[in-house]
Amino acid sequence: MKTAQDAPFRSADISSDSSVESGSAWRGFAPGSWQTSIDVRDFIQVNFTPYAGDASFLKGPTTRTEALWTIVKDLLAKEIAAGGVLDAETRIVSTVDAHGPGYIRKELESIVGLQTDAPLKRGMLPYGGVRIAQKALEAHGREMDPDTAEIFAKHRKTHNDGVFDGYTPDIRAARSAGIVTGLPDGYGRGRIIGDYRRVALYGVDRLIAERKKDIAATDRDAFSEEWVRSREEMHDQIRALEALKRMAAGYGFDISQPAKNAREAIQWTYFGYLGAVKDQNGAAMSFGRASTFFDIYIERDFAEGTLTEESAQELMDHLVMKMRMVRFIRTPDYDELFSGDPTWVTESIGGVGEDGRPLVTRNSFRVLHTLYNLGPAPEPNLTVLWSQNLPQGFKDFCAKVSIETSAIQYENDDLMRDYWGDDYGIACCVSAMRIGKQMQFFGARANLAKTMLYAINGGRDEISGKQIAPKSDAFAGEYLEYDDLVARFDRMQDWLAEVYVRALNIIHYMHDRYSPEHIMMALHDREIYRTLACGIAGLSVTADALSAVKHARVRVIRNDAGLAIDYEVEGDYPAYGNNDERVDAIARDLVRGFMNKLRNQPTYRNAVPTQSVLTITSNVVYGKKTGPTPDGRKAGEPFAPGANPMHGRDRKGAVASMASVAKLPYGESQDGISYTFSIVPKALGRSEDDRVDNLCSLLDGYFAENGHHINVNVFDRETLLDAMDHPEKYPQLTLRVSGYAVNFIKLSREQQKDVIERTFHQLC
Amino acid sequence: MPCALLQESPAPLPVPEPGPPPASTAEPSASVRGFVYSVETCGSVDGPGLRYVAFLAGCPMRCVYCHNPDTQNRAHARERTAGQVITDVLRYRHFIRRGGLTVSGGEPLMQPAFVRAIFEEAKAAGIHTALDTSGCLGDLADDRLLAATDLVLLDIKSWEPDLYKSVTGVSLEPTLRFAKRLESKRIPVWIRFVLVPGITDGESNICGLADYVGRLTNVARVEILPFHKFGEAKYKALGLPCKLTETPAATNADVERAKAIFADAGVSAS
Repeated sequence: MKTAQDAPFRSADISSDSSVESGSAWRGFAPGSWQTSIDVRDFIQVNFTPYAGDASFLKGPTTRTEALWTIVKDLLAKEIAAGGVLDAETRIVSTVDAHGPGYIRKELESIVGLQTDAPLKRGMLPYGGVRIAQKALEAHGREMDPDTAEIFAKHRKTHNDGVFDGYTPDIRAARSAGIVTGLPDGYGRGRIIGDYRRVALYGVDRLIAERKKDIAATDRDAFSEEWVRSREEMHDQIRALEALKRMAAGYGFDISQPAKNAREAIQWTYFGYLGAVKDQNGAAMSFGRASTFFDIYIERDFAEGTLTEESAQELMDHLVMKMRMVRFIRTPDYDELFSGDPTWVTESIGGVGEDGRPLVTRNSFRVLHTLYNLGPAPEPNLTVLWSQNLPQGFKDFCAKVSIETSAIQYENDDLMRDYWGDDYGIACCVSAMRIGKQMQFFGARANLAKTMLYAINGGRDEISGKQIAPKSDAFAGEYLEYDDLVARFDRMQDWLAEVYVRALNIIHYMHDRYSPEHIMMALHDREIYRTLACGIAGLSVTADALSAVKHARVRVIRNDAGLAIDYEVEGDYPAYGNNDERVDAIARDLVRGFMNKLRNQPTYRNAVPTQSVLTITSNVVYGKKTGPTPDGRKAGEPFAPGANPMHGRDRKGAVASMASVAKLPYGESQDGISYTFSIVPKALGRSEDDRVDNLCSLLDGYFAENGHHINVNVFDRETLLDAMDHPEKYPQLTLRVSGYAVNFIKLSREQQKDVIERTFHQLC
Repeated sequence: MPCALLQESPAPLPVPEPGPPPASTAEPSASVRGFVYSVETCGSVDGPGLRYVAFLAGCPMRCVYCHNPDTQNRAHARERTAGQVITDVLRYRHFIRRGGLTVSGGEPLMQPAFVRAIFEEAKAAGIHTALDTSGCLGDLADDRLLAATDLVLLDIKSWEPDLYKSVTGVSLEPTLRFAKRLESKRIPVWIRFVLVPGITDGESNICGLADYVGRLTNVARVEILPFHKFGEAKYKALGLPCKLTETPAATNADVERAKAIFADAGVSAS
């Protein structure tokens, strides 16, 4: 009998009937085009078992899980006590197979694999920038091994060096003024999701064979730089897959062949992911959309009588434990921008298929249930793809988990399905991409509010007084005039878009060259859709400023050098966040307007420009670097996070605020629009059932209005205040900030205050 | 008892005259005008489901523990037509599908024609309507208004008539009359009772109320609302004397005790 194991590469020869016969890794699966081409989506569609019930089948942690988690919790406490970093590699450069196997407690682990040879020991990844890697080690009291340092000093250029070779004086000035910030010019860009499920479904040998065919298919194409680059990359990808097999072999697993049961499917998929986080320190290293994929294997094991509900939950609990232990070593600058040590191990859950069947399975519940079995935590970044048509039992469970853990974010599947189909995943916080078919060039964000100030000051920086943008006439009048300001601001955005996209093109050219993600790209199709994911910060400040100029009077206050350094608002103006069309239309136009500027720019590798309205925690840093704004915001005051209204300006309640955010056009911001919603439990309803019902109504309503993303926090202010003073009492206190979840006690005090001061919707 | 303190409050607005509705019967309900103090688009505690809550301005009472003293008069209210109110409500129809509209206050029945117009417009648009009232002006709610009312949140401030008068400044009797009328019309009611330590929490006061509520046949829910201190800041902002600065917020234990008294009367309170 021919099985998938003994003939995995000759895919074209495999008849769809024989490969799913008993005894093979694919036994019992429904046949489909997934057998003859790499197509995980098709495999899921023909094999998954929808589940429309409630959460009552879920099981608690096994004794093995409890024992293992106790050890991990102890390690996590030691990590915090050690100042944030428990241990770090200083000699071995991390690659897919640089380290031998590492364990927490081997006999307790159902899923194995660590980034280095010891738990929470951070790998050293200098390819993004060796000086940054050195600084990160120094910040945590360590030093790079001199031999390793010498190799990089003498023989190996890194991404960061390449970028600065390309940067222009304009870009450097804009960067240091803080008008563009957080660019991935010294750290891994991340935001790429390998289709790690392919490792489990096909085995690595089949993937290598397919890649060889891809290379052969280009043999006779005409020469171009893209052609030869792509051929070189594909060969490197094959090498990375070989390394992945070696790494897994170190743990005693042969992943050259497809996974034969649920445990292997989860283990193989995790090895794929582990290879990625050993090889790359991307800002966001997302996991994809695997829960329902795993469910197919679990259901088959159930049918074969080889797995119980308890042991299925154990597998998911142990996988999630591993996801919670992903670490990178960062510099203090980076930590200030993206605080709380995030890794964005984003797993996308639920959603509805193109044929209308919800993709919710029992395993969609299990992955959320880890928040109970292991307690809340910020990672993995559990992301529910919400649809009006999700089964009510799942909606209710999600709402309950949100209320009790604040650890879930939600994104609008009904909106995204039209763009990205039904097998996309979220990278980082809000960036949807078809898994294995699409990647993005992450572009951080530009400061729209500061750009407006430059427009008023003729290109001079309002804080330093330096000429940053090309000199133009500054506004000379006493009161800002709307039409004049709009025209100036528009011209300044032309400059910003040009400088910003030029910087990103340089960054991604160099990243591909000096720090390529071979293992992740090996788990993609040959032809991929690339986006250039730009972003804006300060949307609500800017919209309110324009509204103030239009509907009230804004007087300019200048210093002796004629620089506008402050503004006085006379009268009231409609503020963004009250479902008031007079200002919401301005916000919409801002999003559309800047997107159009981005579309006019040339892009590296013909990437398609997109943008996000997302700040992560950088709203604090952006605010710090921006002078007073014409909306009445004071110098240095944080911006609102993401697309949120400015705190305290939304006066008609949370729903009006959501309605304003929901009006922002997703088509003009396809990399995502982030909204963070915090509410005290009592304001969500009087009983537990009321709260669940009301949260479901809020989510249904927000997404019916075409809102894209929402973080849900359900907290009492007092809890957070207490946690600031007594962090030891709250080791697992998790909350959502723009696009991700953090361990509250790992935030800086400044950020903790920002979170607490942000609009907490409460009873009036 | 804080009776004496009441005299310091600004005088309540004159209560509208009861009697047949004036010329407004001929007026299309959408154009009836009234005063709205504010709206809360995320109402989650004033009726079932997620609700749009319109707080109408003006109240004949001067409850010692009032947590919305800013709505007691029309000083900062905006004049609106019922049609404008409903147009705004409908902008949130996706959110309030399983909830509806609650008209609260102040005392909404200070503006009965306005409430009636809003509710008739809401019913025409298929929206669930709830009236949040103390019932003291229940006589002003005509049958047409009640026909357009799906639920009444009836706040009975106290059971003992003297205490009621001292807490609210008005008498209990009209509220009980209104409760009976709602029962006869089989309009569902949620009874609400604000538990204020040292003022309304006397055993006989709660017991009497529990007995009364237990005999009503149209009560869908009983809510004990623990007195809280959030309103205090509003008094300061308005420059009004806050009479209960010394009164502590009701604790969970206080609420549990009150619930137990209701339970003895066969009433399950939440």
